[in-house]
Amino acid sequence: MTDTPQNITRRQLLRGAALVPVAGALAACATPASKAPASSSAAPVATSAANPFGVAADKPLEVWIFDGGFGTAYAKDIHQPLFKTKYPQAQIKIESTKEITKVLQPRFAGGNPPDVIDNSGANAMDFGALAQDGQLHDLTPLLDAPSWDDPNVKVRDLLDPAVIEIGTYDGTFSVLGYVNYIFGIWYSQKAFRDNGWQPPKTWDEFLKLCDTIKKSGKMAPFTYAGKFPQYLYEPLLTLAAKIGGPEVLVNIDNLEDGAWTSEPMKQSAAAWAEIGAKYLMEGTAGLDHVQTQTAQNKYKVAMLPSGSWLENEQKTTTPADFEYGMFPLPDFTGSDKMPYGTLHTSPGENFIVPAKGANPQGGMEYLRAMLSKKAAGDFSELVRTVSVVKGAGEGRQLSPGAASASKAVTAAGANTVTYRWQTWYAQLKDEAIAATGELMTGGLTPDKYLERLQKKADEIKGDSSIKKFKR
Amino acid sequence: MLFQRYRRGLFITAFLAAPVTLYLVYVISPYIQAFYIAMTDWRGVTATPRFVGFDNFARLFADGIFWKAVRHNAALLVLLPLLTIVIALFFAFLLNVGGGNGGSGGLGGIRGSKLYRVIFFFPQVLAVAVVAVLFQQVFRPDGSGMLNGPLMALGVEPVGFLSNPDVAFWSVLGVMVWQAVGFYVVLFSAGLASIPRDMFEAAQIDGAGRGSLFFRITLPLLWDTVQVAWVYLGILALDVFAIVWVMTDQHGGPDFSTTVMAAEIYRNAFSYFRFGYASALGVVMFFFTVGFAIISLRLSRRERIEY
Repeated sequence: MTDTPQNITRRQLLRGAALVPVAGALAACATPASKAPASSSAAPVATSAANPFGVAADKPLEVWIFDGGFGTAYAKDIHQPLFKTKYPQAQIKIESTKEITKVLQPRFAGGNPPDVIDNSGANAMDFGALAQDGQLHDLTPLLDAPSWDDPNVKVRDLLDPAVIEIGTYDGTFSVLGYVNYIFGIWYSQKAFRDNGWQPPKTWDEFLKLCDTIKKSGKMAPFTYAGKFPQYLYEPLLTLAAKIGGPEVLVNIDNLEDGAWTSEPMKQSAAAWAEIGAKYLMEGTAGLDHVQTQTAQNKYKVAMLPSGSWLENEQKTTTPADFEYGMFPLPDFTGSDKMPYGTLHTSPGENFIVPAKGANPQGGMEYLRAMLSKKAAGDFSELVRTVSVVKGAGEGRQLSPGAASASKAVTAAGANTVTYRWQTWYAQLKDEAIAATGELMTGGLTPDKYLERLQKKADEIKGDSSIKKFKR
Repeated sequence: MLFQRYRRGLFITAFLAAPVTLYLVYVISPYIQAFYIAMTDWRGVTATPRFVGFDNFARLFADGIFWKAVRHNAALLVLLPLLTIVIALFFAFLLNVGGGNGGSGGLGGIRGSKLYRVIFFFPQVLAVAVVAVLFQQVFRPDGSGMLNGPLMALGVEPVGFLSNPDVAFWSVLGVMVWQAVGFYVVLFSAGLASIPRDMFEAAQIDGAGRGSLFFRITLPLLWDTVQVAWVYLGILALDVFAIVWVMTDQHGGPDFSTTVMAAEIYRNAFSYFRFGYASALGVVMFFFTVGFAIISLRLSRRERIEY
């Protein structure tokens, strides 16, 4: 066997060739690397009243939808076709996932995020982190643009002011909540009618009702998604705001000293701990939202705290004559700062346009299409919920639960409260989840519960690595 | 001659190039990068993280939840190998020699031992995620739970296997032992099979009962295998993640009562978006694992019994 120099060179060549990708891979693995910005505006298109953002008619658009309680049909069957009517040449790619973070975080780190994201669900990306790194496109032009239907009405005027407040990070409106989540205590109108129970107006009536239901032996009075105690700190905080006014929640959001241990919080925590000790369905602590909600559908429990997505989420297990209804938190004392009917509402299904996407103009235009009367109305009907677009539900056939929630919102008027700490400070959220579970099962007294959360809030306040927000 | 050696080297290199490359790219390089990321404030989305030195490590020392996780790992490190090995040895002994003089006259396992061996191995075949979801149902706190159903039928208060913070950790440990035992029964059975039969027979003729057979013959001759099992189970206890993340409420709850190091790393990275801090936790976990490996290698240096 003879070895010619050529032979060796060939092998060396092969070896060399094998090593080239190694070097590339080593450089590009986990550590982020800054790349030259994508040429997002190759040839800027002139803006006009009909095309306020200067969308290039043939530029592809990539949209990612969170595949959760509302599914993805609304994007494919309602929003995409509407966008297409105006931009027939544009290629729209609608993708969906339940794992927003896992799928899209690497794309942000790699510098090529998609154009529109419905950043929702349990695995959503942290808005604080995105805002801190300037990854969110400023959506103010969207607010000031004429609406899709009527050039004389600005998009801003279609939206509930809460949408703009909640979507503002560092003074820039950058997150568009599409659905108006309405929180309250949910029950079966049929079960209440059949048994002669009345939705309570005061906390005493609520306790009496719980007693009556417990004694009737027909079902347990109350439950919540025990595995996810955030379902319970929601009414706890709302009750505190009702007792002490919206500033109770503002102080908590702003990490003020002693915000958690304020007097209204103490009253509310004690009130809910009592419910936890006396009136919970057996096994509540170990059940999740689907299990408890299904128990309610089977008339095993009368009431649970939830939001306006509940009816759609339970559509396959709800008996036809169940008739979901929702009532607001009852008056705690005669001297509550906020009147009966006060509601916690919060825009959800949070859409963002990444600042470093290839087609942010198209992304904003897609959101403008979503906010049209037709798109929002069709959406409400399809997924049985209330959208943030004013008047989009008018003349539509609403299901009992959605109708009940809409009525509650109208009755509440300006008396709505909200809080944002749980999206701003994920660590505080996890601590609140853990501690609320303990409060409801008797592992923590109301005072110890609030002290523990105050301690965590103080810790976050003192941690320079966590970005702070104010409202 | 020289040329021949060169050829041989080339031959070996050609075969090793691919695996070594993969190892470098997917194992060594991420490790090194993790050390770098641990010293930045990277939140996962920016392309230009800021270098912060040892800030993350300083923060880590005050992180009560992480140290809680470390304590859980430490408890698992002791309890998981201990329980698994004791149970597996007991089963392996029964399956192979514990039957005493069977009808056929030779030493054998108890009746039906072949069937049991298959049954014991079942849990090993199931994916960890499947086991976790399965046990969520087994541990359900209402009448539909496999354990609580019968308890409630007997009029006993249902146990919050996963919802009571005092119980949840033991439930996790129980599931891990349940899943691990089958494999070590097989491992120890193989070890037993390599022990010459006549040793047992000689001992039996001398009047050894099952107890002394086990402690005087089986255990000393299996000691090597037991040590291997200890190291494997120790590693399992240190990098436990999927069971905890999938099975327990709130991923390591309730109230962080079951959380482990890997779960805290995941939580900090993918729900808090603190990739820098999570990498710092990862670096600490790396040193714990290396430390365990060194200690166990030192301790297991022991002379073999030749037979």
